[in-house]
Amino acid sequence: MDTQSYFPVPPGVGMEENFLSLDDILLSHERLPIRTECTFPRLGFLEKSIPESPGTKMELPLWLTKGLYERKRKVVSVELPKVYKEGWRTVFNADPNVVDLHKMGPYYYGLGSQMLHFDSPENPEIAQTLLQTFIARFRRTMDSSQNAYNEDTSAFVERLDCLEKALFRSGQSGLNGFQSWEKGQASQLTASSLVLNYRKRKITDVQP
Amino acid sequence: MFCEKAIELIRELHRMSDGQLPAFNEDGLRQVLQEMEALYEQNQSDVNEAKSEGRAKLIPSIKLRHCCLLRNQRCVTAYLYDRLLRIRALRWEYGSVLPANVRFHMCAEELQWFSQYKKSLASFMRSLGGNEGLDITQDMKPPKSLYIEVRCLKDHGEFEIDDGTVILLKKNSQHFLPRWKCEQLIRQGVLEHVVS
Repeated sequence: MDTQSYFPVPPGVGMEENFLSLDDILLSHERLPIRTECTFPRLGFLEKSIPESPGTKMELPLWLTKGLYERKRKVVSVELPKVYKEGWRTVFNADPNVVDLHKMGPYYYGLGSQMLHFDSPENPEIAQTLLQTFIARFRRTMDSSQNAYNEDTSAFVERLDCLEKALFRSGQSGLNGFQSWEKGQASQLTASSLVLNYRKRKITDVQP
Repeated sequence: MFCEKAIELIRELHRMSDGQLPAFNEDGLRQVLQEMEALYEQNQSDVNEAKSEGRAKLIPSIKLRHCCLLRNQRCVTAYLYDRLLRIRALRWEYGSVLPANVRFHMCAEELQWFSQYKKSLASFMRSLGGNEGLDITQDMKPPKSLYIEVRCLKDHGEFEIDDGTVILLKKNSQHFLPRWKCEQLIRQGVLEHVVS
């Protein structure tokens, strides 16, 4: 198993985001459907997408929605994206394994957990669906990550959400480490993968 | 929408998820800081107006600009911090001397940080194990023998070992060398550990 030296800040768990995590920053860039409840003067001519009149439906990124949202509901009101609504929730409750979670928004679990900040009356059901979906799909993810050695797993992986992909990757690296130990390669010193990658890029860096 | 340039910086780093260091995006950073300055000035004048004339209608816009400022700050901080994590990994993978093409990707402050990190690590290693110190960047995998068989992957010139003998490292030559001398070179891809 190649020793790891680069340890990026991991994404936050549940409703918390990690401030410095690149994954969380990209997650909070996802757009949500919202409705404005007041006017935003002096922004219209700078930024065409912010409307002048209240009650307009538009899409804003999660970070902006979280910042503007207030419980008194004077500024914006958030609608649930369709993946978290009643219709899709029934599909997830019926059989979570057939759904292509990557297509449903690559951050299904992350965005769903963040949606709970917006005090929707359906919050308990959303939370329950997220949890049950994860539990039901976890078995298959773990199973294939621990048993697919040296195979092309792209067909399976492309239907996974980002959280599941990270789990799959760590399962695979564990499997590969174990297999190399079994073969007796664990004591063999190897070049660092980082060094090899730098060398590969060197050729392309010579471009003017 | 605001903060597009900031998210570009983050995407640039996210693309290289294996820990490689891309070139320092000075232009991108400067643009984000300029956007922050512009937002701040607008907010300052709006806040003064809202306070002096009591126009509460401006408050949602002020709030929005403030959110954008916080977002830009978060993106810039995360960008710089993640780069430092990658540079730290370089010390453990490459050793204390970085090749020129990697150094080229770092800005002056990052080079300074790297040399200070090297110093901290060195003084920590000296403080371990009594008077001699302990090199913890060695023996990343538990050693099985004192001497190992290595093959040279490319010309590296002359190499001196502890008892004074000088070995010429030419491509494809094989040698039986002490493990602790070769570990660095193996990690850098100059030598290859041959297991029979």
